[in-house]
Amino acid sequence: MIAELVIFIILGIVAVSSAFAVILSKNPVYAVLFLVINFFALAMLYLVLSAQFVAFIQILVYAGAIMVLFLFVVMLLNLTGAIESLQDKLPAQRWLAPALGMVLLVEIAVVFLSGFFAQVPEASELPEGFGTSAPVGMLLFSRYVLPFEVTSAVLLIAMVGSIVLAKRRP
Amino acid sequence: MNKELLLTAGIHLLVAIVILGFILFVVMYMIWGLRRIMGFMQVRIGPNRLGWQGLLQTPADALKLLQKEDVIPKGADRWLFTIAPIIVFVPAYMVYVVMPFGDGLIAKDLNIGILYVSAITSIAVIGIVIAGWASNNKWSLLGAFRAAAQLVAYEVPMILALCVPVIFAGSLRMGGIIEAQEGGWFTNWFIFRGYGIPALAFLIYMAAGLAEVNHIPFDIMEAESELVAGFNVEYSGMKFALFFLEEFAAAFTICAIAVTLFFGGWHAPFPFLGENLTGIAKMAVSLFWFLAKTAVFVFVLMWIRATWPRVRVDQLMNFGWKVMIPMGLFILLAAGTVVTLGWVKL
Repeated sequence: MIAELVIFIILGIVAVSSAFAVILSKNPVYAVLFLVINFFALAMLYLVLSAQFVAFIQILVYAGAIMVLFLFVVMLLNLTGAIESLQDKLPAQRWLAPALGMVLLVEIAVVFLSGFFAQVPEASELPEGFGTSAPVGMLLFSRYVLPFEVTSAVLLIAMVGSIVLAKRRP
Repeated sequence: MNKELLLTAGIHLLVAIVILGFILFVVMYMIWGLRRIMGFMQVRIGPNRLGWQGLLQTPADALKLLQKEDVIPKGADRWLFTIAPIIVFVPAYMVYVVMPFGDGLIAKDLNIGILYVSAITSIAVIGIVIAGWASNNKWSLLGAFRAAAQLVAYEVPMILALCVPVIFAGSLRMGGIIEAQEGGWFTNWFIFRGYGIPALAFLIYMAAGLAEVNHIPFDIMEAESELVAGFNVEYSGMKFALFFLEEFAAAFTICAIAVTLFFGGWHAPFPFLGENLTGIAKMAVSLFWFLAKTAVFVFVLMWIRATWPRVRVDQLMNFGWKVMIPMGLFILLAAGTVVTLGWVKL
């Protein structure tokens, strides 16, 4: 139990500090790399929760594939000097972003505080094979089949949309 | 309690050291074998001076690389330049945690074994891209771009192909997949079952695997005739040695995974060649069969390297997206159909 707590605290510190490093890095390439570290810390947190399948899918999809694409784009556009000019193009964002951020913060605070005073259920024994691929797959294709299909439709639309945008002649 | 914990930690450390030693040994003699075999195929001699038949050539080369000056270019990002080879090598080493060397010779038979392999190997790409970018060299940056595009394109068909034996075995566990091919005869191996669907999956896996470990014909990210040496052009000394080590260790991994998923893993091809043994003897014989089968594929890889030309970038991308991925989706569907309808005896 104590070991689990220590691991949780270390992973939490890594996750939070790497998340801060993502937004504070001057160089976009470093920001992407800190995001990779953050995803790893999250994956390890899933492992602590015995969700092995989700943990390694997290590494495979986010840390492995999506971050490579991020790096690709960041290097291709060579964004290091482009951040200031981007700020001028989106003036509304300067006001909208802190406002929406505050809303999110309040939401998190409400969830956290309501959970803080509530009775935490006693930790129970995990069912056989918890967190492995078979039960996750079963849930995904039976109880959560609608969200699953909606997600895939959203991804398909994004894919088609990006191809349409890329193919459009200027 | 604490004593037990220390003992387990000690055993784990020992296993890790043994596996590292195994990788170093295998890579050294893969490099020697490659040079001798390519020499033979191209009607020249190859290294044969240092030691019997040149067996000490690669250890000597490794020693030379250790002594080399560690050059970091002036314009390079020092920090990323230094950690990039480590990011590349560590995943290639971590994969060996689930490598089923023989009956009972598997460091940790994780129940998500094959998923673990593909997740961990996908990290190496980040190291390659970082290496190319941090060198601050146009050739290496081009190599990094190619690496990113190629590895993302080929990871998808690879995972689709891996799904086929997983569906047939009904398990992601390495041990489980091997148990599903048990029975003594080589006809129980997945490659000879299921109406040729696993055979097609094997071909897709090998092609994507060659691209994944940036092996000829898909080594466009370090194509020496156009990009000098691609992403690792600025590297020298030990850092270069780590890239080299990773490349060969990953090639061995690809072959070993192919053997595990499609060719029965550690099982002998005939029942009288080691199925009825027990204990240490069974362990040794299964280790022998695993290494022997893997060696055949390593040889085929070297054969390919000695004889095939390199594809062009556009051909590579077209082949990946327009041929490999549709084929991968097709075999995934076919395998699912066949297993669901019960047309194969599992």
